[in-house]
Amino acid sequence: MAKKQRSIGDVFFSGWIKENPVFRLVLGTCPTLAVSTQAFNGLGMGAAATFVLVGSNLVISLLRKFIPDNVRIPAFITVIAGFVTIVEMIVQAFAPALDSALGIYLPLIVVNCIILGRAESFASKNGPIASMVDGLGMGIGFLIALLVMGSIREILGNGSWMGMVFNNGTVIQPMLILILPPGGFFVFGCLIALFNRLAEGKGKEPATLECCNCPQADICRKTMEGGNE
Amino acid sequence: MIINLVSIFLAAILTNNYVLQKFLGICPFLGVSKKIDTAVSMSLAVIIVMTVATLVTWPIQVLILDRFGIGYLQTIVFILIIAALVQFIEAFMKKNMPPLYQALGIYLPLITTNCAVLGVTTLNIDNGYNFAESIVNAIGSGVGYLVAMVLFAGVRGRLESSDIPKSLRGLPITLIAASLVACSFLGFGGMIDGIFGLK
Repeated sequence: MAKKQRSIGDVFFSGWIKENPVFRLVLGTCPTLAVSTQAFNGLGMGAAATFVLVGSNLVISLLRKFIPDNVRIPAFITVIAGFVTIVEMIVQAFAPALDSALGIYLPLIVVNCIILGRAESFASKNGPIASMVDGLGMGIGFLIALLVMGSIREILGNGSWMGMVFNNGTVIQPMLILILPPGGFFVFGCLIALFNRLAEGKGKEPATLECCNCPQADICRKTMEGGNE
Repeated sequence: MIINLVSIFLAAILTNNYVLQKFLGICPFLGVSKKIDTAVSMSLAVIIVMTVATLVTWPIQVLILDRFGIGYLQTIVFILIIAALVQFIEAFMKKNMPPLYQALGIYLPLITTNCAVLGVTTLNIDNGYNFAESIVNAIGSGVGYLVAMVLFAGVRGRLESSDIPKSLRGLPITLIAASLVACSFLGFGGMIDGIFGLK
């Protein structure tokens, strides 16, 4: 466990841009598309997911020697669901506006594949400190992605940012379509293209749906290959 | 009553389409929609799991969680029920319906952490649907999933033979195509309410 080549700083910062869970690993697509209609929602969702990530990574890392291998996914899901319930209660109590904005996507953090993916690929193999750092780094990466998506969609689609209106239609008509569902797909597609272009410049592979960090990748890949026969 | 159920069913397919309007179950939508037949099998598995999951979770919410005032356990209870249920359906199909298992079996494990299933069961409770409405909503959502998957598989078939700029190849153009399909579903907005004279 302690014989990792990666330094703690690398673990922390790699999730921000270089291995951004949303734009590079293509995980957690559903909440990214759904809550990024406003920058503030993205911030709230990112913070909630970060809390769950850090907590579940810590607990799973502490329990990694006790969880039998063949029931690990249900065990991870239970731990994650526990933390999601805590977050739900906190948000309902202290930020009811955010709770109604995020709606169903708050409990759905439990099936966010970033969290299960990090539990499977990092926390179940590394010590508690490194796992927490990894959770925090990945959570910040998710938050950054949501903030970028939310800002683009809110500024162009609604003429405001974080609720501050600076373009109420007198300057230029806001592009309403961007805060509607098609805009989510469109902005996400463009950002993935941009990240692919940047990665290509550094000689890296473009992002694909291979989901190398997704716990279900094996099944998923089998399914996709099955479809190509 | 009947009109209410029909409007819930149609709304779940068209105006509240789970994939294209609510963004639930995007991963399989993008991953498994390369060919129409895999898209259909995956969606059928989703319909089955959504319906069975609603059949089980709705009574549990009403008879156990609500009665004993432990509604806050909803997320934990639902996800564990769904995970167990998927395993159960898989084992049951394998034993009793081998042809169906061969067609749908590989898709079932993928559905455990599919947010569409947890989404349907939670939304049924959030919307205050009764038992019949919940079942109809679950089936409708599944059918909506099927419609979106099949439509999109067709679109992707056309994409494969077209000349795409290099940086857009692969995932980006798929997402942009999904955006256009979602656009077409925007056209259904308000239609259901108009037909049935609600609101």
